[in-house]
Amino acid sequence: MADPMRIRANEAGGVTTVRVLMSHPMEPGTRKDASGNLVPAHYITDVVATHNGKEVLKAMWSGAVSQNPFLSFKFKGGNKGDKVVVKWTDNKGESRTDEATIA
Amino acid sequence: MMTELSNRRAVLKAGGALATLVSLGVVTAEQALAAGREGFAAKTLAEALAAVGGQPAASDQVQIISPDIAENGAVVPVGAVSKLPNTTEIYLLVEKNPTPLSAGFMIPAGTEPEVQTRLKMGQSTNVLAVVKADGKLYSAVKETKVTLGGCGG
Repeated sequence: MADPMRIRANEAGGVTTVRVLMSHPMEPGTRKDASGNLVPAHYITDVVATHNGKEVLKAMWSGAVSQNPFLSFKFKGGNKGDKVVVKWTDNKGESRTDEATIA
Repeated sequence: MMTELSNRRAVLKAGGALATLVSLGVVTAEQALAAGREGFAAKTLAEALAAVGGQPAASDQVQIISPDIAENGAVVPVGAVSKLPNTTEIYLLVEKNPTPLSAGFMIPAGTEPEVQTRLKMGQSTNVLAVVKADGKLYSAVKETKVTLGGCGG
């Protein structure tokens, strides 16, 4: 199981800014190790963020996103105290869901 | 084209099971996933753009955020902002990466067309933000010089 995400959500003037730091190797599958073997691909393919059950962002990623990915986005309609839930799924079918309270 | 369309209609009418699948959103969901995913396998910028939906028009309403010089190509902060109304999708492409299409973002109503992430870049390259607004594609380009490549090797 991967490490938890660090999620921050701050509301100001009706706009909620969400910043997420995920813990993932994001191996693109093109790198070779010291003995010349290809390192198998292992990266997050899908990220879904929801607020009160409504999808506020969906992302599709390739292995070109950096290790321990950072993601930031903004949405309207969030209130302080609401929960923002972020879920990622990687190409091996592993997934992780974490949530944060809007401050 | 016409026959293909009418064939599809016939199939839809005839195949009750398929129609049910479509109405349940099973088929469309899978098609949507496949359609979104094929661009990630594209090896050139032109192929990636074709998979995204065609050649975008350059627009000053789209802003690409990428540094002039990235010392470490493994972690380059890249973002995009669209000022176009009804922006529904944002794509980030790194022209000289083995697979240019790096990330796609679906922007539902209520979400600001503004995203930021970090990408890997193998070498100095043009970075593109492609935005879909009202069903049309718009883009912005910026060149980022990479001092140390981030794709390993």
